[in-house]
Amino acid sequence: MKVTLWGTRGSLATPGPETLEFGGNTSCVSIAGSEDTIIILDGGTGIRKLGQQLPESIKHVYILLTHLHMDHVQGLPFFAPLRREGVDVHIWGPASTTMGLRSRLLRYLSPPLFPISVREILSDLHFHELPSGTIAIHEFEVTAQMIIHPNPTVGYRIKDNGRAVTYLPDHEPALGVNAFPISEDWTSGYDLAEGADLLIHDSQYSVHEYESRVGFGHSCLTHAFRFGQLAQVKEFVPFHHDPTHTDQMLEKMIADTVADVQPSYAVTPGKEGIVIDVGGE
Amino acid sequence: MAQKEIEVILARQLAEYLTLPIFIVDPNGDLLYYNEPAEEILGSRFGETGPIAANDLAVIFKTVDHEGSPMKSSRLPLVKAIVNRQPAHDMFWIEGLDGRLRKIAVTAFPIIGQAQRFLGAIAIFWEVPR
Repeated sequence: MKVTLWGTRGSLATPGPETLEFGGNTSCVSIAGSEDTIIILDGGTGIRKLGQQLPESIKHVYILLTHLHMDHVQGLPFFAPLRREGVDVHIWGPASTTMGLRSRLLRYLSPPLFPISVREILSDLHFHELPSGTIAIHEFEVTAQMIIHPNPTVGYRIKDNGRAVTYLPDHEPALGVNAFPISEDWTSGYDLAEGADLLIHDSQYSVHEYESRVGFGHSCLTHAFRFGQLAQVKEFVPFHHDPTHTDQMLEKMIADTVADVQPSYAVTPGKEGIVIDVGGE
Repeated sequence: MAQKEIEVILARQLAEYLTLPIFIVDPNGDLLYYNEPAEEILGSRFGETGPIAANDLAVIFKTVDHEGSPMKSSRLPLVKAIVNRQPAHDMFWIEGLDGRLRKIAVTAFPIIGQAQRFLGAIAIFWEVPR
């Protein structure tokens, strides 16, 4: 699998000279499979650039949304294949207890929040509601599970050719836990992350920042790294960076956390534009 | 060991912070967790007993009605919440692991999560002053 990070920022797009390295676009990741199928994780502002680079001949698009917070869907209307006739766009995401995925997305894709409504989108949209266990998308086996984050939110485990990538961009597994982590069976997201070859995980705050943001649905770097240890992942990507964190701050925060936690896995800082090869067997 | 469903994990985390005694069971009625206030009433510690299978529960915690007769499990609010998938309430006597008889009131409700997934039930209970 070839994993490309198109947007790594959390909460709000943050362009500017201080975020050139880690990037300012919000959550979007693509995974190209062993048979060249591409699935897209989240539709933050990073999806715009991805849309420009996909071939115009593409006829099927697969988008997996973790949840519908603005930083994960804001780029969707600017995703070029959505505006092309004859393109099948499949969108997976969580429903709420009272409203379907399509209706929930319509709240954003309609005036006055956005001038174009979903009915005016030219591609053929197909909505699939989660959680629905494991689904097959060509060569991929995709498992979705609810995880701890405000409003219905899922995480994903994507398998291809014996390798697994886990994507938990907004996740607070330490919520309500006095000494994190506790046992695997009581830890949100564990099943999705267990033994993953690559874990892309929420790392929004410093430990100090987290103290005043408990319950916001995000992790501090230390908790994220410990979660990776618990799940025994092989490579870890800190992701969903806070908008206030500059490149310089992020480099230091990650280096400090590596020194503190001394993880048994490789750490690849989540920078916009990087490509990670999760090789086949 | 399989991870618990997120609704169950969140229920435990809430229970850990509440002063109200709480039981959390899975769809089979196996006791997954009880909080510290519940430990006082049951006369045992979760850290010592761990999860308890439904069959063992009936043996460990003896329930008695107002006439002093043992209660069938089907009359218990927690069992009703699982079987009927509806809230249930009752008042009865319980003998915990410490051998003491306590009068308790119990309200139980099913845990029905996203996409109508039935995940178990929660019982809140409290000792009724004599």
